[in-house]
Amino acid sequence: MSVLLPEDPTPIAKVPSTENKTGGWRTFRPVIHYEKCIRCYICWKFCPDAAIYFASPDAHAAPKEALSKFDTVEINYDFCKGCGICANECPAKAIELVLEESAEGDEE
Amino acid sequence: MMKKLTIPEEEHMLSGHTACLGCGATIAMRYVLKALGKNTILSIPACCWAVIPGVYPHRTLDVPLLYTAFEVTGAAISGIREALDAMGKEDVNVVGFAGDGGTADIGLQALSAAMERGHNVFYIMYDNEAYMNTGIQRSGSTPMGAWTTTTPGGKKRMYKWEPKKNVAEIMVAHNIPYVATATIAYPEDMIAKLKRAKEIKGPKFFQILSPCPTGWRHPPDKTVEISRLAVQTNMFPLYEVINGKYKISIKPKNPKPVKEYLRLQGRFRHLTEDEIEMIQKNVDENWKALLKKERCSQEE
Repeated sequence: MSVLLPEDPTPIAKVPSTENKTGGWRTFRPVIHYEKCIRCYICWKFCPDAAIYFASPDAHAAPKEALSKFDTVEINYDFCKGCGICANECPAKAIELVLEESAEGDEE
Repeated sequence: MMKKLTIPEEEHMLSGHTACLGCGATIAMRYVLKALGKNTILSIPACCWAVIPGVYPHRTLDVPLLYTAFEVTGAAISGIREALDAMGKEDVNVVGFAGDGGTADIGLQALSAAMERGHNVFYIMYDNEAYMNTGIQRSGSTPMGAWTTTTPGGKKRMYKWEPKKNVAEIMVAHNIPYVATATIAYPEDMIAKLKRAKEIKGPKFFQILSPCPTGWRHPPDKTVEISRLAVQTNMFPLYEVINGKYKISIKPKNPKPVKEYLRLQGRFRHLTEDEIEMIQKNVDENWKALLKKERCSQEE
Protein backbone atom coordinates (compact mmCIF):
# COMPACT_ATOMS: atom_id res chain seq x y z
CA MET A 1 0.00 0.00 0.00
CA SER A 2 1.44 3.34 -0.94
CA VAL A 3 1.31 6.32 1.36
CA LEU A 4 0.45 9.66 -0.18
CA LEU A 5 2.58 12.52 1.07
CA PRO A 6 2.19 16.16 0.16
CA GLU A 7 4.94 17.47 -2.10
CA ASP A 8 6.44 19.54 0.69
CA PRO A 9 5.87 17.42 3.81
CA THR A 10 7.59 19.68 6.35
CA PRO A 11 6.66 23.33 6.35
CA ILE A 12 9.93 25.21 5.96
CA ALA A 13 9.92 28.99 6.18
CA LYS A 14 11.63 30.19 3.03
CA VAL A 15 10.61 33.83 2.58
CA PRO A 16 13.29 36.14 4.00
CA SER A 17 11.98 38.61 6.54
CA THR A 18 13.42 41.44 4.48
CA GLU A 19 10.02 41.35 2.71
CA ASN A 20 8.70 42.85 5.91
CA LYS A 21 9.49 46.57 5.83
CA THR A 22 9.62 47.55 9.48
CA GLY A 23 10.60 51.14 8.72
CA GLY A 24 6.95 52.12 9.07
CA TRP A 25 7.20 51.64 12.85
CA ARG A 26 9.52 54.61 13.16
CA THR A 27 8.67 57.76 15.12
CA PHE A 28 12.16 59.28 15.18
CA ARG A 29 14.46 59.08 12.19
CA PRO A 30 18.22 58.90 12.83
CA VAL A 31 20.07 61.22 10.44
CA ILE A 32 23.86 60.94 10.09
CA HIS A 33 25.75 64.23 9.86
CA TYR A 34 28.66 63.05 7.77
CA GLU A 35 30.79 66.10 8.50
CA LYS A 36 31.09 64.75 12.09
CA CYS A 37 31.21 61.00 11.35
CA ILE A 38 34.56 59.46 12.36
CA ARG A 39 33.77 56.10 10.71
CA CYS A 40 34.20 54.03 13.88
CA TYR A 41 31.24 51.71 12.98
CA ILE A 42 29.92 51.67 16.53
CA CYS A 43 26.40 52.35 15.17
CA TRP A 44 26.74 49.34 12.86
CA LYS A 45 27.93 47.20 15.76
CA PHE A 46 25.00 47.93 18.07
CA CYS A 47 22.10 48.14 15.58
CA PRO A 48 19.46 45.58 16.69
CA ASP A 49 17.85 45.60 13.24
CA ALA A 50 21.06 45.19 11.23
CA ALA A 51 19.81 48.23 9.31
CA ILE A 52 23.15 50.02 9.02
CA TYR A 53 25.34 48.99 6.12
CA PHE A 54 28.68 49.97 4.63
CA ALA A 55 29.01 52.26 1.64
CA SER A 56 32.04 53.12 -0.45
CA PRO A 57 34.46 55.64 1.09
CA ASP A 58 33.69 58.38 -1.41
CA ALA A 59 29.89 58.17 -0.97
CA HIS A 60 30.09 60.95 1.61
CA ALA A 61 32.70 63.60 2.38
CA ALA A 62 34.92 62.77 5.34
CA PRO A 63 35.69 65.34 8.06
CA LYS A 64 39.41 64.51 7.86
CA GLU A 65 41.64 63.44 4.98
CA ALA A 66 42.95 60.44 6.96
CA LEU A 67 39.43 59.03 7.25
CA SER A 68 38.58 59.25 3.59
CA LYS A 69 40.03 55.82 2.76
CA PHE A 70 37.68 54.05 5.17
CA ASP A 71 34.20 52.87 4.27
CA THR A 72 31.33 55.04 5.35
CA VAL A 73 27.97 53.89 6.73
CA GLU A 74 24.40 54.45 5.64
CA ILE A 75 21.08 53.69 7.31
CA ASN A 76 18.50 51.55 5.56
CA TYR A 77 15.27 53.40 6.34
CA ASP A 78 13.21 50.45 5.07
CA PHE A 79 14.11 48.55 8.24
CA CYS A 80 15.25 51.11 10.82
CA LYS A 81 12.67 51.17 13.61
CA GLY A 82 14.09 54.35 15.09
CA CYS A 83 15.16 53.01 18.50
CA GLY A 84 17.96 55.57 18.72
CA ILE A 85 20.71 53.27 20.05
CA CYS A 86 23.02 54.53 17.28
CA ALA A 87 22.46 58.17 18.29
CA ASN A 88 22.96 57.37 21.97
CA GLU A 89 26.17 55.38 21.41
CA CYS A 90 27.80 57.58 18.73
CA PRO A 91 31.06 58.88 20.27
CA ALA A 92 31.17 61.84 17.83
CA LYS A 93 27.50 62.77 18.36
CA ALA A 94 27.10 62.64 14.58
CA ILE A 95 23.64 61.05 14.56
CA GLU A 96 20.59 63.17 15.26
CA LEU A 97 17.06 61.91 15.86
CA VAL A 98 14.50 63.88 13.88
CA LEU A 99 10.75 63.52 14.27
CA GLU A 100 9.57 61.48 11.29
CA GLU A 101 6.91 63.96 10.07
CA SER A 102 9.39 66.83 9.91
CA ALA A 103 12.03 64.65 8.21
CA GLU A 104 9.67 63.46 5.46
CA GLY A 105 11.16 64.11 2.04
CA ASP A 106 14.51 65.30 3.36
CA GLU A 107 16.31 62.01 2.80
CA GLU A 108 16.10 59.11 0.34
CA MET B 1 36.96 48.99 0.57
CA MET B 2 38.66 49.32 3.88
CA LYS B 3 37.36 49.21 7.39
CA LYS B 4 38.60 48.46 10.87
CA LEU B 5 36.10 46.19 12.60
CA THR B 6 36.32 44.72 16.07
CA ILE B 7 33.70 42.03 15.43
CA PRO B 8 33.15 39.76 12.38
CA GLU B 9 31.42 41.37 9.42
CA GLU B 10 29.39 38.29 8.42
CA GLU B 11 25.67 38.74 9.09
CA HIS B 12 23.29 35.82 9.58
CA MET B 13 20.38 37.73 11.07
CA LEU B 14 18.27 39.53 8.48
CA SER B 15 16.54 42.87 8.90
CA GLY B 16 12.76 43.01 8.99
CA HIS B 17 12.23 40.93 12.12
CA THR B 18 9.42 41.81 14.49
CA ALA B 19 11.30 42.58 17.71
CA CYS B 20 10.45 45.71 19.70
CA LEU B 21 12.49 48.89 19.24
CA GLY B 22 15.90 48.63 20.87
CA CYS B 23 15.57 44.92 21.68
CA GLY B 24 18.61 43.52 23.50
CA ALA B 25 17.85 39.90 22.61
CA THR B 26 18.20 40.56 18.87
CA ILE B 27 21.61 42.15 19.42
CA ALA B 28 22.61 39.04 21.40
CA MET B 29 21.47 36.74 18.57
CA ARG B 30 23.35 38.84 16.01
CA TYR B 31 26.61 38.46 17.91
CA VAL B 32 26.09 34.75 18.59
CA LEU B 33 25.66 34.02 14.87
CA LYS B 34 28.58 36.29 13.98
CA ALA B 35 30.79 34.26 16.31
CA LEU B 36 29.55 30.77 15.44
CA GLY B 37 29.02 31.27 11.72
CA LYS B 38 26.66 29.61 9.27
CA ASN B 39 27.53 26.04 10.25
CA THR B 40 25.05 26.13 13.11
CA ILE B 41 21.70 24.60 14.02
CA LEU B 42 19.52 26.46 16.49
CA SER B 43 16.72 25.29 18.71
CA ILE B 44 14.42 27.85 20.30
CA PRO B 45 11.61 27.21 22.79
CA ALA B 46 8.72 29.56 23.55
CA CYS B 47 10.35 32.90 24.29
CA CYS B 48 10.69 36.29 22.63
CA TRP B 49 12.80 34.72 19.89
CA ALA B 50 9.91 32.41 19.02
CA VAL B 51 8.01 35.43 17.69
CA ILE B 52 10.86 37.69 16.52
CA PRO B 53 11.50 35.74 13.26
CA GLY B 54 7.95 36.57 12.18
CA VAL B 55 5.06 34.37 11.08
CA TYR B 56 5.30 31.50 8.61
CA PRO B 57 6.61 31.55 5.83
CA HIS B 58 9.01 34.33 6.91
CA ARG B 59 12.47 33.58 8.25
CA THR B 60 14.95 35.95 9.86
CA LEU B 61 17.90 33.65 10.45
CA ASP B 62 20.22 32.21 7.85
CA VAL B 63 20.59 28.97 9.80
CA PRO B 64 18.23 26.03 10.39
CA LEU B 65 15.96 26.62 13.34
CA LEU B 66 13.84 24.10 15.24
CA TYR B 67 11.08 25.39 17.48
CA THR B 68 10.38 23.28 20.54
CA ALA B 69 8.04 23.30 23.51
CA PHE B 70 8.92 25.50 26.46
CA GLU B 71 10.54 22.89 28.69
CA VAL B 72 12.52 20.76 26.25
CA THR B 73 15.31 22.88 24.75
CA GLY B 74 17.92 20.76 26.52
CA ALA B 75 16.39 17.54 25.18
CA ALA B 76 16.01 18.96 21.66
CA ILE B 77 19.64 20.01 21.34
CA SER B 78 20.80 16.66 22.79
CA GLY B 79 18.82 14.86 20.11
CA ILE B 80 20.08 17.05 17.28
CA ARG B 81 23.67 16.59 18.46
CA GLU B 82 23.45 12.81 18.71
CA ALA B 83 21.77 12.53 15.29
CA LEU B 84 24.47 14.69 13.70
CA ASP B 85 27.21 12.68 15.37
CA ALA B 86 25.64 9.45 14.09
CA MET B 87 25.72 10.95 10.58
CA GLY B 88 29.37 11.91 11.05
CA LYS B 89 28.73 15.67 10.97
CA GLU B 90 30.69 16.58 14.04
CA ASP B 91 31.70 20.07 12.95
CA VAL B 92 28.18 21.53 13.18
CA ASN B 93 27.48 23.78 16.18
CA VAL B 94 24.25 22.89 17.95
CA VAL B 95 22.84 25.79 19.94
CA GLY B 96 19.90 26.04 22.30
CA PHE B 97 18.83 29.67 22.52
CA ALA B 98 16.31 30.22 25.30
CA GLY B 99 15.05 33.04 27.46
CA ASP B 100 15.44 33.20 31.19
CA GLY B 101 12.00 31.71 31.88
CA GLY B 102 12.72 28.76 29.59
CA THR B 103 16.08 28.26 31.31
CA ALA B 104 15.86 29.20 34.98
CA ASP B 105 12.30 27.99 35.60
CA ILE B 106 10.53 25.86 33.04
CA GLY B 107 13.45 24.37 31.11
CA LEU B 108 15.76 23.71 34.05
CA GLN B 109 15.28 19.95 34.26
CA ALA B 110 15.91 19.32 30.54
CA LEU B 111 18.90 21.66 30.64
CA SER B 112 20.32 19.98 33.73
CA ALA B 113 19.93 16.54 32.16
CA ALA B 114 21.58 17.62 28.88
CA MET B 115 24.52 19.16 30.74
CA GLU B 116 24.90 16.10 32.96
CA ARG B 117 24.94 13.75 29.95
CA GLY B 118 27.73 15.85 28.49
CA HIS B 119 26.54 16.43 24.92
CA ASN B 120 28.73 18.65 22.79
CA VAL B 121 26.26 21.56 22.64
CA PHE B 122 25.93 25.26 23.36
CA TYR B 123 23.15 26.44 25.62
CA ILE B 124 22.61 30.18 25.51
CA MET B 125 20.32 31.85 27.98
CA TYR B 126 19.47 35.40 26.96
CA ASP B 127 18.48 36.93 30.22
CA ASN B 128 15.86 39.68 30.01
CA GLU B 129 14.86 39.05 33.61
CA ALA B 130 11.15 38.18 33.22
CA TYR B 131 8.71 36.44 30.85
CA MET B 132 8.76 39.35 28.40
CA ASN B 133 7.06 37.63 25.46
CA THR B 134 3.85 36.92 27.38
CA GLY B 135 3.70 40.30 29.13
CA ILE B 136 6.41 40.83 31.76
CA GLN B 137 5.59 38.13 34.33
CA ARG B 138 8.07 37.47 37.14
CA SER B 139 10.62 34.69 36.54
CA GLY B 140 13.24 33.13 38.77
CA SER B 141 15.76 35.39 37.11
CA THR B 142 13.98 38.67 37.92
CA PRO B 143 16.24 40.75 40.17
CA MET B 144 15.45 41.96 43.67
CA GLY B 145 13.10 44.91 43.92
CA ALA B 146 11.81 44.78 40.35
CA TRP B 147 8.26 45.52 39.30
CA THR B 148 6.58 43.01 36.97
CA THR B 149 2.92 42.48 36.14
CA THR B 150 2.74 39.56 38.57
CA THR B 151 4.67 41.41 41.30
CA PRO B 152 2.89 44.77 41.11
CA GLY B 153 3.29 47.51 43.67
CA GLY B 154 0.78 48.93 46.08
CA LYS B 155 0.28 49.81 49.72
CA LYS B 156 1.65 46.46 50.89
CA ARG B 157 4.83 46.64 48.74
CA MET B 158 4.42 43.47 46.70
CA TYR B 159 7.47 43.87 44.41
CA LYS B 160 9.76 40.89 43.93
CA TRP B 161 12.07 40.68 46.94
CA GLU B 162 13.61 37.26 46.41
CA PRO B 163 17.15 37.42 45.02
CA LYS B 164 17.86 36.56 41.37
CA LYS B 165 18.46 32.87 40.72
CA ASN B 166 22.09 32.39 39.73
CA VAL B 167 21.82 29.99 36.78
CA ALA B 168 25.50 30.31 35.83
CA GLU B 169 26.45 28.95 39.26
CA ILE B 170 23.96 26.09 38.91
CA MET B 171 25.74 25.20 35.68
CA VAL B 172 29.17 25.42 37.34
CA ALA B 173 27.88 22.87 39.84
CA HIS B 174 27.29 20.47 36.93
CA ASN B 175 31.08 20.39 36.38
CA ILE B 176 30.78 21.23 32.69
CA PRO B 177 33.87 22.41 30.80
CA TYR B 178 32.71 25.95 29.99
CA VAL B 179 30.38 28.47 31.64
CA ALA B 180 30.41 32.19 30.87
CA THR B 181 28.40 35.34 31.36
CA ALA B 182 28.29 38.08 28.75
CA THR B 183 26.30 41.15 27.87
CA ILE B 184 25.50 43.04 24.70
CA ALA B 185 27.46 46.19 25.55
CA TYR B 186 30.71 44.18 25.30
CA PRO B 187 30.45 42.40 21.92
CA GLU B 188 34.20 41.81 21.58
CA ASP B 189 34.23 40.02 24.94
CA MET B 190 31.13 37.97 24.05
CA ILE B 191 32.46 36.91 20.64
CA ALA B 192 35.90 36.00 22.05
CA LYS B 193 34.20 33.81 24.65
CA LEU B 194 32.00 32.10 22.05
CA LYS B 195 35.03 31.42 19.84
CA ARG B 196 36.95 30.02 22.80
CA ALA B 197 34.00 27.79 23.69
CA LYS B 198 33.76 26.56 20.10
CA GLU B 199 37.13 24.83 20.52
CA ILE B 200 35.96 22.97 23.63
CA LYS B 201 34.20 19.62 23.30
CA GLY B 202 31.34 19.16 25.73
CA PRO B 203 28.45 21.20 27.06
CA LYS B 204 28.91 24.97 27.07
CA PHE B 205 26.63 27.40 28.89
CA PHE B 206 26.27 31.15 28.35
CA GLN B 207 24.20 33.67 30.25
CA ILE B 208 23.77 36.86 28.22
CA LEU B 209 22.16 39.88 29.88
CA SER B 210 19.84 41.44 27.27
CA PRO B 211 18.01 44.59 28.41
CA CYS B 212 14.36 44.81 27.36
CA PRO B 213 12.98 48.36 26.90
CA THR B 214 9.38 47.12 27.05
CA GLY B 215 9.71 45.18 30.27
CA TRP B 216 12.39 47.15 32.05
CA ARG B 217 10.56 50.39 31.29
CA HIS B 218 13.47 52.35 29.86
CA PRO B 219 13.72 54.38 26.63
CA PRO B 220 14.76 52.12 23.71
CA ASP B 221 17.93 54.11 23.02
CA LYS B 222 19.33 53.27 26.48
CA THR B 223 19.56 49.48 25.88
CA VAL B 224 23.32 49.36 25.39
CA GLU B 225 24.01 52.01 28.03
CA ILE B 226 22.08 50.05 30.68
CA SER B 227 23.82 46.84 29.71
CA ARG B 228 27.17 48.60 30.15
CA LEU B 229 26.11 50.04 33.51
CA ALA B 230 25.15 46.56 34.72
CA VAL B 231 28.80 45.59 34.38
CA GLN B 232 30.27 48.87 35.67
CA THR B 233 28.14 48.70 38.83
CA ASN B 234 28.96 44.98 39.40
CA MET B 235 25.26 44.19 39.15
CA PHE B 236 26.05 41.64 36.41
CA PRO B 237 29.73 40.62 36.55
CA LEU B 238 31.30 39.20 33.39
CA TYR B 239 33.30 36.05 34.02
CA GLU B 240 34.04 32.64 32.62
CA VAL B 241 34.62 29.29 34.29
CA ILE B 242 36.83 26.93 32.32
CA ASN B 243 37.02 23.46 33.87
CA GLY B 244 36.14 24.87 37.29
CA LYS B 245 38.65 27.74 37.14
CA TYR B 246 37.08 31.18 37.46
CA LYS B 247 38.34 34.14 35.49
CA ILE B 248 36.67 37.55 35.79
CA SER B 249 36.67 39.26 32.39
CA ILE B 250 36.10 42.85 33.46
CA LYS B 251 36.96 44.22 36.89
CA PRO B 252 35.71 47.82 37.16
CA LYS B 253 38.40 49.91 38.93
CA ASN B 254 35.93 52.20 40.65
CA PRO B 255 32.55 50.47 40.51
CA LYS B 256 29.69 52.94 40.03
CA PRO B 257 26.89 52.97 42.61
CA VAL B 258 24.05 50.58 41.76
CA LYS B 259 21.69 53.55 41.97
CA GLU B 260 22.87 54.76 38.54
CA TYR B 261 21.78 51.48 37.00
CA LEU B 262 18.47 51.32 38.87
CA ARG B 263 17.42 54.91 38.27
CA LEU B 264 17.46 54.53 34.48
CA GLN B 265 14.74 51.89 34.61
CA GLY B 266 11.05 52.37 35.30
CA ARG B 267 10.73 48.92 36.87
CA PHE B 268 12.83 50.17 39.83
CA ARG B 269 11.39 53.67 40.14
CA HIS B 270 9.42 52.86 43.33
CA LEU B 271 12.58 51.97 45.29
CA THR B 272 13.31 54.03 48.41
CA GLU B 273 16.85 55.03 49.45
CA ASP B 274 16.88 52.26 52.11
CA GLU B 275 15.90 49.65 49.57
CA ILE B 276 18.59 50.80 47.12
CA GLU B 277 21.07 50.56 50.00
CA MET B 278 19.94 46.96 50.57
CA ILE B 279 20.39 46.07 46.89
CA GLN B 280 23.84 47.76 46.91
CA LYS B 281 24.84 45.60 49.90
CA ASN B 282 23.65 42.48 48.13
CA VAL B 283 25.61 43.37 44.97
CA ASP B 284 28.78 44.09 46.99
CA GLU B 285 28.52 40.75 48.76
CA ASN B 286 28.06 38.85 45.52
CA TRP B 287 31.05 40.63 43.97
CA LYS B 288 33.26 39.81 46.96
CA ALA B 289 32.17 36.17 46.80
CA LEU B 290 33.05 36.07 43.10
CA LEU B 291 36.52 37.55 43.75
CA LYS B 292 37.06 34.89 46.40
CA LYS B 293 35.97 32.13 44.03
CA GLU B 294 38.42 33.40 41.43
CA ARG B 295 41.26 33.48 43.97
CA CYS B 296 40.50 30.04 45.42
CA SER B 297 40.06 28.30 42.08
CA GLN B 298 43.29 29.75 40.64
CA GLU B 299 45.31 28.45 43.60
CA GLU B 300 46.53 24.90 43.51
